[in-house]
Amino acid sequence: MSTQSNAPGVLSAIDPDLTDRIVSRRRAIMQGGSVSGVVLAGLRLGSIPVALAALSRDAFGQGRLPTAVSGVLNFALKLEYLESEFYNLGIASGVIPAADRTIFTTIQGHENTHVTFIRNLLGSAARPKPTFDFTAGNGSGAGPFADVFTNYATFLAVSQAFEDTGVRAFKGQAATLQPYKSVLETALTIHSVEARHAAEVRRLRGNFQDNEPNQGWITNATTDIPGTAAVYAGDDNVVHLGIDVTTITPAARKEITEAFDEPLTMAQVLAIVDPFIV
Amino acid sequence: MSAHDNTELTAASGVQSDTASNGRRAFLRSAGLTGAALALAGCSLDGAALFEPAGPTRAMIGPNGSITLDFSTDIDVLNYAYALEQLEAAFYIGVVANAAFATIFAANEQRVLRDVRDHEVAHRDFFAAALGSARIPNLTPAFGAIDFANRLSVLQTARTFEDLGVSAYNGAAKYLASAAYLGVAGKIVSVEARHASAIRDLLNNRSADFAPNAFDMGNTPQAVLTAADPFIVESITAINT
Repeated sequence: MSTQSNAPGVLSAIDPDLTDRIVSRRRAIMQGGSVSGVVLAGLRLGSIPVALAALSRDAFGQGRLPTAVSGVLNFALKLEYLESEFYNLGIASGVIPAADRTIFTTIQGHENTHVTFIRNLLGSAARPKPTFDFTAGNGSGAGPFADVFTNYATFLAVSQAFEDTGVRAFKGQAATLQPYKSVLETALTIHSVEARHAAEVRRLRGNFQDNEPNQGWITNATTDIPGTAAVYAGDDNVVHLGIDVTTITPAARKEITEAFDEPLTMAQVLAIVDPFIV
Repeated sequence: MSAHDNTELTAASGVQSDTASNGRRAFLRSAGLTGAALALAGCSLDGAALFEPAGPTRAMIGPNGSITLDFSTDIDVLNYAYALEQLEAAFYIGVVANAAFATIFAANEQRVLRDVRDHEVAHRDFFAAALGSARIPNLTPAFGAIDFANRLSVLQTARTFEDLGVSAYNGAAKYLASAAYLGVAGKIVSVEARHASAIRDLLNNRSADFAPNAFDMGNTPQAVLTAADPFIVESITAINT
């Protein structure tokens, strides 16, 4: 796992063996036992040991994951595979200037951790990593982002699209996970990290000057990246819970669209990532 | 520059919501219908969307203004979010309105902070409208410990509030029974995370600080309210969590 060595704090946070040991303890946890403090200390992540232990109780208590949960987790795993390999290859390619390497090794470490974590939750139900074509050429290697690992601007554009898609994708699965409270909370703790990534990459694309459209948030359904309209479709919505927010606040419509991120359905997300999968 | 940059986003915006929501409640009473029934019937009132909360609040207001939120009802989970959005909105209004704002912050930082102010005001007013008559009273900020004329004081407080907001939404989602409410909480929490990332980057540009962990926190209401307590005059507690 040399690719993960760039983010030592994150890599060591979720050790697959430790995760396995916790998952294997599900019976003891169900019977009222508690996860040993030593193991928790080994995991070292504030909310995750608790969430993981609870997840074991909720999701693995019956010996196998509910179909709805494994479906969502495999969907999430596909996106995390996509992101982790993208950053692993991007960092190895040398396309990232030295000044920005910390940003991307941080994101890389997170995405690799997410892959490991979700794979461990799924166990034998985890689907294998697809073969990717990061040019979005469906395997031709000559898609619209053909210079993704040689042209930094293209790399950044694809990164932003992946991160914003990830945010919308996780958000779209919240309702499915709602009955499984611990899984829901764990998914949300990944969802908000993807949003942090998205904001950083968006701002980096504008050299941190925060001029539109290179701000941390999505304005209307605007994108300056050709071919990514579907990633931002519908994000200009201003009606929430039946309330047209433009009618009840002095904030302007543009900022209202920024203030609410919209979900995408699983089908919408799969259509967006399809060109990247061989 | 947005059209309303010269508009002070103060608590006065709550008055607008009051008016709209009082009118709607009066209409609902006279019609003898619930909000849900009206929404299904596709009625409209003065062109505004119709919405009433699914049930009454169980929040208890003490004689000293203290608030007890009952997490066994979705309405009070929304009131919890409303409390935090009130806090954030009041803070950023104070930041942008301070005389030192234009001198202590660079142009790009001002753009971030104005945007965040507007987002938080939109969140606050949205919850006020969604909760209608079931919403808790306006909170009184206690910002005495914040030096609004000091860049670091402002940004560090902003970082605290944004990280707290993210952890609050992440930790409260499991209390929501309504998929619609969960959906709207999800729409907001990722924007709070975008804020947290941007603020953290203003504090330490191009570092790893924008996302310090592979997993964000999901904090209990008790932990969040304890952290928020120094910044709010009214004491808020959570029960049935």
